[in-house]
Amino acid sequence: MSTTTVAHHEEHHDQPTGIMRWLTTTNHKDIGTMYLTFSLIMFLVGGCMILGIRAELFKPGLQLMNPEFFNQLIGVHALIMIFAALMPAATGFANWMIPLQIGAPDMALPRLNNWGFWLLPPSAILLTLPFTLALFGIGDGALATGWTFYPPLSVQGGIGVDFAIFAVHLLGISSVMGSINIIVTLFNMRAPGMTLMKMPMFAWGWLITAFLLVATIPVLAGAVTMLLTDRHFGTHFFDAAGGGDPIMFQHLFWFFGHPEVYILLLPVWGFIPQILETFSRKPMYGYKAQVYSFWAIGALSVVVWAHHFFTAGMPVPALLYFMYSTMAISLPLAVLFFCWIKTMWNGAMSFETPMLFAVGWIILFGIGGLTGLVLADVAADAQYHNSYFVVAHFHYTLFAGGIMGIMAGTYYWLPKMTGHMYSEKLGKLHFWLTAISFNLTFIPQFFLGLAGMPRRIPDYALQFAEFNMISTIAAFTLGLSQLLFVYNIVTCARGGKKATDEVWEGAKGLEWTLPSPPPYHSFTEQPIIK
Amino acid sequence: MQVLRKIGLSFAAMLISISAYADYSWNFPEPATPMALDTLHVHNKFMMIIGVIFVAVLAVMIYSIFAHRKSKGNKPVTDKAPSTAVEIFWTLIPFAILLLIDFVIMGIPAYHSVVMMEDTRDKATMVIKITGSQWRWQYEYMDGDAKGIKFVSNLTTTSDQMHNLAEKGEHYLLEVDNHLVLPVGEKVRVLMTSTDVLHNWWVPQFGSSRVAVPGFIRETWVQVERPGVYRGQCKELCGKGHGYMPIVVDALPMAEYKTWVATKKEELEKASAGADKEWTKEDLIATGKGVYEKNCAVCHQVTGAGLPPAFPPLTGSKIANGPIFGADGKYLKDSHLDRVLNGIRVMPSWKAVLNDTEIAAVITYERNALGNSVGDVLQPSQVKAARQ
Amino acid sequence: MATHSNDQYYVPHGSIYPVVLSAGILSLAAGFIFSVAIDKSKDLAYLQAPGKWMMYIGFGLILAMVFKWMGTIITESVTGKYTKWEDKSFRVGMIVFICSEVAFFAAFFGALFYMRIISVPDLAAFDPLFTPYKDFLGTWPSSGPGGMVLGTEYKPGHLNPMGAWGLPAINTALLLTSGATITWAHWALIKNDRKQLIIGMALTVALGIAFLVCQATEYHEAYTEMGLTLGSGAYGATFFMLTGFHGFHVTLGTIMLIVILLRCMKGHFTPEHHFGFEGVAWYWHFVDVVWLGLFIFVYWL
Ligand code: HEA
Ligand code: HEA
Ligand code: CUA
Ligand SMILES: [Cu+2]
Repeated sequence: MSTTTVAHHEEHHDQPTGIMRWLTTTNHKDIGTMYLTFSLIMFLVGGCMILGIRAELFKPGLQLMNPEFFNQLIGVHALIMIFAALMPAATGFANWMIPLQIGAPDMALPRLNNWGFWLLPPSAILLTLPFTLALFGIGDGALATGWTFYPPLSVQGGIGVDFAIFAVHLLGISSVMGSINIIVTLFNMRAPGMTLMKMPMFAWGWLITAFLLVATIPVLAGAVTMLLTDRHFGTHFFDAAGGGDPIMFQHLFWFFGHPEVYILLLPVWGFIPQILETFSRKPMYGYKAQVYSFWAIGALSVVVWAHHFFTAGMPVPALLYFMYSTMAISLPLAVLFFCWIKTMWNGAMSFETPMLFAVGWIILFGIGGLTGLVLADVAADAQYHNSYFVVAHFHYTLFAGGIMGIMAGTYYWLPKMTGHMYSEKLGKLHFWLTAISFNLTFIPQFFLGLAGMPRRIPDYALQFAEFNMISTIAAFTLGLSQLLFVYNIVTCARGGKKATDEVWEGAKGLEWTLPSPPPYHSFTEQPIIK
Repeated sequence: MQVLRKIGLSFAAMLISISAYADYSWNFPEPATPMALDTLHVHNKFMMIIGVIFVAVLAVMIYSIFAHRKSKGNKPVTDKAPSTAVEIFWTLIPFAILLLIDFVIMGIPAYHSVVMMEDTRDKATMVIKITGSQWRWQYEYMDGDAKGIKFVSNLTTTSDQMHNLAEKGEHYLLEVDNHLVLPVGEKVRVLMTSTDVLHNWWVPQFGSSRVAVPGFIRETWVQVERPGVYRGQCKELCGKGHGYMPIVVDALPMAEYKTWVATKKEELEKASAGADKEWTKEDLIATGKGVYEKNCAVCHQVTGAGLPPAFPPLTGSKIANGPIFGADGKYLKDSHLDRVLNGIRVMPSWKAVLNDTEIAAVITYERNALGNSVGDVLQPSQVKAARQ
Repeated sequence: MATHSNDQYYVPHGSIYPVVLSAGILSLAAGFIFSVAIDKSKDLAYLQAPGKWMMYIGFGLILAMVFKWMGTIITESVTGKYTKWEDKSFRVGMIVFICSEVAFFAAFFGALFYMRIISVPDLAAFDPLFTPYKDFLGTWPSSGPGGMVLGTEYKPGHLNPMGAWGLPAINTALLLTSGATITWAHWALIKNDRKQLIIGMALTVALGIAFLVCQATEYHEAYTEMGLTLGSGAYGATFFMLTGFHGFHVTLGTIMLIVILLRCMKGHFTPEHHFGFEGVAWYWHFVDVVWLGLFIFVYWL
């Protein structure tokens, strides 16, 4: 350990308190906490929206809402869950843990960090405001195009689309600022002696994520800007009459959209191995292999986008190229799976809640990934495309692969962050309820898709009734089980059994060398890695 | 470990609860075209493959979760990265297998079906054009003796059924007034386009689906092997009516198809003849009512009350009560006729969808019913003239 | 790594600027939406006035906050809060930021190439038996075949594209020289020659402004004489969006250059410690390079 103090702060004398503390804070833990809280709240909101959808789909016929409102709920559900629940959660962990894991005094650009967070609430407002306005007879509600903004529908749409466009702009700025901050931190703030190839896996996952964000988010911003000018300033980017092409938007959107799915999961792929090694009590297998796989996935992710619109009509060579390149992504992921399982292999495993989630996560994400692989087949995709099969696929990747991964991370780091142990009993219960009801919600949707039920429809033919009923009932169970999660977190933050510094027997990494909760200024002395 | 047992159990539980029901399906519906058959084979094969992979990967994990527990007193070993040539060779083997799976076992059949799917033209014996618009399909026969046949196909499910006020019929939401009729065994080249937003013409049993892009022509093909009625839906989100633009195809043996063509042609003759004769106000209003409830009521509602702000009411609306023709005898900009013919923003253009009689009838109806009483009559001939 | 382990990293005060800045942006965005809501339905016309005001307020807030925020950074820098360590953070940060800007322009170049290479030719390449565009050639520059657009007819007028060898060539020259002068100023800064530094910066600013003037006149011609507008199909859209966003970046760049010029006069920069200067210089070079891309693909080829 070196003995030189590296963080010199001014907060000591005039540390604002109360609301001002949170508004103005430049402290990476405060900001991390804000990100995580925001994420949890938005997860509940987005979930409640989709519960509305599931309720409407409980049986054939229009029960609760008219079709426009239905379409609005879908799109906003997706945007909230992806941009306001999953991404902020990952960023929250990054803020909390990266400085701790690499022995840094704080994030490299604290004020920027604070701005990055405070861009989120405004965008959340922009996303949901149209609903409120509609109540007062202003405009006709939020965007009703699904989260994919496809023109010409989005050119035709009302002011909800404009709100969503600007929401995306703010979210984009926020993500880019966050990425800049993380890249800088990882390049410039690592403890002496911690070479890149000694960084924790989570840091690596986030480094690639940040690169992808910087490369693709601006493209999305550009695309929606063209949409805006098509709507209001008479340009013809997306209409044939002027020589444009609606499909061009799909190219631009998915050039962002596909990397986005790895942006969402790379941080998770980062900390899952850390959880596995902790609870298997043996160092993770194939660190190098995993890092290289991350690079491979990052590189591949930006060259496969067109697999989202095979049915839009493309020349055969293009179809074949996008099919094969998409399939190629399964190779680095196979490597990751191999490493994860080899890490557990011959360890001394114990199954506390984080480990339960991690193991369940591997299985469920496996299903999501493998079904993704068959979606990549152009011919079969003509059937799968925009059917509930796709919906099931991406909930296995997004909810199981994303949210459940985040839950694993939450249970893993919560004691470190709060200094208290959460209730194992409730945690385990939460896992079982989530895992079971999740499968009961989405397995039926695979069969619905195969049977030919299109997505984004408020009402359906009679032969789809049974599966939808099951799915809805399960969805509500799934939703309610999340209240356990909320309760467990809140009580744990309030108090409970004191957590040790190491928390988990055999936990590896710098964050576990600090007291729980860590002091306000993480490393006033930067450790030296040998 | 319990993870898996529980998930397994719940899955099994679900299967049982389902199989209690009469009609459910676990896979693609029975294919009716070569393409659908091919797709089904590819799909089954791939499902097998990923099934095997999944089970294999899982088995290893289950074993490990069993055997390597702390509670079982298992001592963690420290593994070392493969170092010797032999070890590296053995780690490369699985990788080779995966390559084989991805690009040979899965890749080659995929290649063939793609080529087959995209070859829309050669050996095609007839061409039809499918036009999507909010929210109905329009079919046009482009060649052969059916050339010139052109009609719109609307959902016929009543709004009472949708709002659970009436018993739902067998083909709830999958029934239309005019079916697309195709000869059995012929390779039909399909031109796909749209008048407003993206749509996607999808009949699961045909295995072909193409996005209809406004201003572009996309192509696909179908060759129905067995006579019968086939149903499908639009599967690209296209606004509030997305769930309400189904597809119904009648596949008829050649002979029957020919007779159908003949009769259909006559009907259309009559209709266009109707455009030239003088109509009485009553007849127009009567026909108009039907046209209105089929096409306009989705947004403007049966009563004409509309769904403000998105869909304005017609009852007492400025346009529906204002003048249609100017002093020069030409129809005015933003007049009732202009709106219906050309549309604006969310209001679609009906030029291509409705014929002169229908347009004249529906406008006359809107002006003299739904709480409006302008009293004037719009003749099909005037609409015909206005199209020029 | 070990190099910095013996000095301290500066973690600034809490600051209210970011929150207020975001509030400003929110107000600007919402205001804009309200003020254009009329496009989509006439009965939202009454939102226009309040929208305008929200935009003014938002914009004011943003200006104020950027001003104060940058002010704080400058004072922090001149009061020697920043060492080599923080300096490196800023450098890496600036590089990454410029990368994201590149990606943003890539989107619009992508649109340009897509239309030129794919959509416009495709529209002319349908099966002649069935094509709706009988006499559309699909050659670039193009303003499209025309047709109905969501209920409004669009007829492409005669299109006369922007020639490369008039103003655009001059602009190229202006920007390239400005790139040279700023480098010249940088050398001066390194060998601590205040006079040359200030002359160099002043020249750069002047060139930047000259460029903007030319650009403005070009637009004016386009609209008044050539009838080339945002609405002229694929060509018009890509031309104005690309050059427009570039012009916007030049404007920002010029403002930053002016700030730096003033700071140079104040003597804020030392040969070994002048990130502010370099950051802006990098940005300026980036704007420069983008222009070259524009000149080649939009005007020339
Ligand atoms: C986090 C989110 C996430 C992730 C990780 C993925 C991962 C993948 N996805 Fe998915 N996908 C989405 C989110 C995600 N997807 C979403 C949101 C949509 C719909 C968007 C919309 O339309 O709204 C979508 C849609 C989608 C489509 C378009 C379907 C359509 O609309 O027609 C396709 C098509 O190729 C696809 C493919 C893939 C593939 C090949 C992967 C691969 O990365 C999977 C790789 C993983 C594995 C292969 C499994 C693990 C590997 C092994 C067990 C080793 C052995 C296996 C083999 C070698 C075969 N996805
Ligand atoms: C991270 C991403 C994510 C997550 C987590 C989820 C979570 C869920 N999603 Fe979502 N979904 C998407 C991303 C996601 N989804 C996307 C991208 C689409 C495509 C949209 C489009 O087509 O454009 C989609 C679409 C989509 C559809 C298809 C709609 C359609 O096409 O018609 C359905 C249908 O069942 C669905 C269901 C669910 C369910 C049941 C959950 C459940 O897991 C939710 C569980 C959580 C809760 C239910 C919240 C718990 C809270 C409570 C129970 C109440 C407490 C409340 C307070 C305290 C305020 N989703
Ligand atoms: Cu047409 Cu959906
Ligand atoms: Cu994808």
